[in-house]
Amino acid sequence: MALDEIKIGGLGASRRRVEDNRFIRGKGNYVDDIVLSGMLHMEILRSPVAHARIKSIDVSKAYDIPGVRLVLTGEMMAARNLAWMPTLSYDTQAVLATDKVRFQGQEVAAVIADDPYIAKDACQAIVVEYEQLPVIVNPFQAMESGSEVIRDDKENQPGNKVFDWEIGDKAATDKAFAEADVISKMELHYPRSHPSPMETCGSIADFNRATGKLTVYMTSQAPHIVRAAVAMVAELPEHMIRIVSPDLGGGFGNKVPIYPGYVISILASILTERPVKWIEDKTGNLISTGFGRDVYLQGEMALRKDGKMLGMRMRTISDHGAFYADAQPSKFKIGLMHSTFACYDIPAAHLESVGYYTNKAPGGVAYRCSFRVTEAMFFQERMVHAAANDLGMDQAEFRRMNLVKDDMFPYRTAFGFLTDSGQYGKCLDIGMKAIGYDTYKAEQEEARKRGKLLGIGISTMTEPLGAGNSREYDILGIKMFDSAELRVHMSGKAILRTGAMNQGQGHQTTWAQIVAHELGIPADDVTVEEGDTDTAPFGMGTYASRSTPVAGAAVAMVARKIRAKARKIAAHLLEVSEEDIEWELGRFYVRSNKERGVTIQDCALAAYSNMPDGMEPGLENNAYYDPPNLTWPFAAYFVKVEVDAETGVWDVLKVVAVDDCGVRINPMVVEGQIMGGLTEAYAMASMQYQTYDDEGNCIGSNYMDYLLPTAWETPGFELHEVVTPCPHHPIGAKGVGECATVAGPAAFVNAVVDALGHLGVRNIDMPMMPNRVYEALTTGKDISGMPPVKMGD
Amino acid sequence: MTSLYDEVQAAPGEGVPTRRVTIKVNGEDRTVDVEPRLLLAHLLRQGLKLTGTHTGCDTTNCGACTILFEGRPIKSCTMLAVQADGHSIETVEGLASASELHPIQEGFKEEHGLHCGFCTPGMMLAAKALLDKNDNPTEDEVRWALSGNLCRCTGYQNIVKSVLWAAEKMRAESK
Repeated sequence: MALDEIKIGGLGASRRRVEDNRFIRGKGNYVDDIVLSGMLHMEILRSPVAHARIKSIDVSKAYDIPGVRLVLTGEMMAARNLAWMPTLSYDTQAVLATDKVRFQGQEVAAVIADDPYIAKDACQAIVVEYEQLPVIVNPFQAMESGSEVIRDDKENQPGNKVFDWEIGDKAATDKAFAEADVISKMELHYPRSHPSPMETCGSIADFNRATGKLTVYMTSQAPHIVRAAVAMVAELPEHMIRIVSPDLGGGFGNKVPIYPGYVISILASILTERPVKWIEDKTGNLISTGFGRDVYLQGEMALRKDGKMLGMRMRTISDHGAFYADAQPSKFKIGLMHSTFACYDIPAAHLESVGYYTNKAPGGVAYRCSFRVTEAMFFQERMVHAAANDLGMDQAEFRRMNLVKDDMFPYRTAFGFLTDSGQYGKCLDIGMKAIGYDTYKAEQEEARKRGKLLGIGISTMTEPLGAGNSREYDILGIKMFDSAELRVHMSGKAILRTGAMNQGQGHQTTWAQIVAHELGIPADDVTVEEGDTDTAPFGMGTYASRSTPVAGAAVAMVARKIRAKARKIAAHLLEVSEEDIEWELGRFYVRSNKERGVTIQDCALAAYSNMPDGMEPGLENNAYYDPPNLTWPFAAYFVKVEVDAETGVWDVLKVVAVDDCGVRINPMVVEGQIMGGLTEAYAMASMQYQTYDDEGNCIGSNYMDYLLPTAWETPGFELHEVVTPCPHHPIGAKGVGECATVAGPAAFVNAVVDALGHLGVRNIDMPMMPNRVYEALTTGKDISGMPPVKMGD
Repeated sequence: MTSLYDEVQAAPGEGVPTRRVTIKVNGEDRTVDVEPRLLLAHLLRQGLKLTGTHTGCDTTNCGACTILFEGRPIKSCTMLAVQADGHSIETVEGLASASELHPIQEGFKEEHGLHCGFCTPGMMLAAKALLDKNDNPTEDEVRWALSGNLCRCTGYQNIVKSVLWAAEKMRAESK
């Protein structure tokens, strides 16, 4: 008999997580938990100023402290050609500063000592003389003629501009605007936000002179990319480099880039011939590592008076910090910004993007976001909200009218993306019902009489997840495939390794479920390993919600290869030809006699003990998967708020999330991802942002100033599900990890703006702290987080 | 590390002052010589090899280093090891017995109260402090009791459910 898929932990089972067994006992294995014999400790001295020429560095007093083994400076790195390293966006980044410091928190020197306390003491004993330079803290200052050139290290650098890029059909878009009845405009700032996983970054580099092998335990979401990069930068042979990502205490994109600390610890280990551990402190993490957003967005929409969207144009000005270190693999300079409006049927669109260097930390695409889709979808849903109001149309009905209909797939967007599936209207309906949309207008009117301001915000979107097909996505030239390797032991138990890298998503649990689905081997019988480049197949890691779309597909494909071989073994065991064999979960049987069959476990044993003549023994294989397209999940989020007219404080009354991420491998895990994402959306909407003063001091350098919501502030969530399988994914799954962070913020902002709409308020930039909301409701004016400079022309 | 000399190989450096402290950790007395400036979290992690206590923020905000100090939740990253001298503390490693998980541990697994697991030990101990005093808390009481502990993965809803699950089990067991 076929097995019960849920009972064996297959697709659709809310299987409890395997990894929890160690975490709930305090037996996780994070990088700081690892202790190697003879290990030294490294601490980094960071720049206290945002822009300055380094006149001198005196390390002699650091060496006076007992226990100090080595002090590294930029000059010493330069002597080994390691003062600069390439970024993932084909720019360069300083490892240790040589000429100038370009942002507050930049790495200036490193101390390697017997213990971390001594290393910290010694950092304080290093004397650096700085000659301060004018500081640029936003792109508008950066673009001013005559402004200080931040990247004077680069030849032919045009001022502070990083790139100038455009996409779309400008002529067709201009025509749409010429024919429009109504033109609606929106201008906003998506503030800088730091992903801030609970665990900071860190590494232990262990270079063994005797064998020539370098092992690095580190906090990387993409260990194989690190190995490739180390091979290039450090000129070590790739087979002598082993990168191990142990348990990661969260990532959210923050642990994709390669940071100076990793590189310095590697050199320190080579020089000292001892293992060197570097564990970043929280301030170091917040002020120097990969952030998200910091984009100024402006755009307009051409509309027919009945509500039909005719065209849209958009301009972005992005702040990349001191180095263009966006960890994004697409061929598009501003990532997937042009996925904006992908869920709407709009004939013409055009996007112009300009990026600038500033004296701020480098990065830009990290934070639970598929390479700038977060900004794209936030702008989209704020624009749609404003346009509906300008037309005098209902928010939900305006969306419904313009959403791509179920029978229009595959649908080519005006920017060239191909969306392939969805039931957008159905998701909208479910959300409207759950939030009580029918009675809401009356409720809002009635509440206003009592001095209460109610608002509902809607956000609907489809986003491109699962980078990506090899035509358009690569990192340092390496295509964005992913991989899986499956070895079935003779008892039918198995070990699976993939090129992805878990950081809380539950791969150890869910990958085994895909194997269970494909082979009928109970999930409990499958060990999953990731993160060790000596054992895992080459993969591009976990970020941008790509694990299930790409590595998950590879898991299904390798299991199918195993099944194909097992079928031959089954034919041999059953003494029939392969064509006469049928498969049901966990078992092959003879078509003419269903009772006659062998289990997958029987086949596994035979693969080692009784294979057909001429067959290679064993039951193992691997698969590399290059996805034909991105996956396109859909989300419809509804937020209901009540704003206190006296204080500007807003309370969330209800959050409804309707997600269609295709087939759900483990519904419990999927819902966990959605709730986590909604919380980060709430965080950015309400309190969490990274800001700088005029001198380039990072204000959010610790958790007293960089506010994150606790269990007390965070609202509850009501989740709903729609399933439209992905047509090209082997098990019909789509990415999901980031949907709520991407679509969520606009739902919160739209809700608060809706509550204040009758006062003429059109926009409040995030975070909507009570003082901003109070100012909006007392003045009836928009609240902008932009510097006092206008965008564009 | 050289800041403590009991259970590591290094001898104290010349002239480095140390203090002998005895702390009852998970029911067992541990005596160690420590530098007065050594933080309790670091003593637990490096000296006593109890790495389930995590250090997240260094500023008493995130709660990853939460332990129970005389039954009360405290953040061990901003307490000196010498301040714990003569006191009793409990870490995540003390929650389960050899054969059985604590109901809070079971609850976190059952209700998917963790993703990356980094905040989990601190969360569970903050929850234990609550449930030891109040085995039938409301959702708001749970949220308030956990408000000194940050989680970036879960959105808290399942953490709250985990604690309520544990409370129910603990009530059933005490009957």
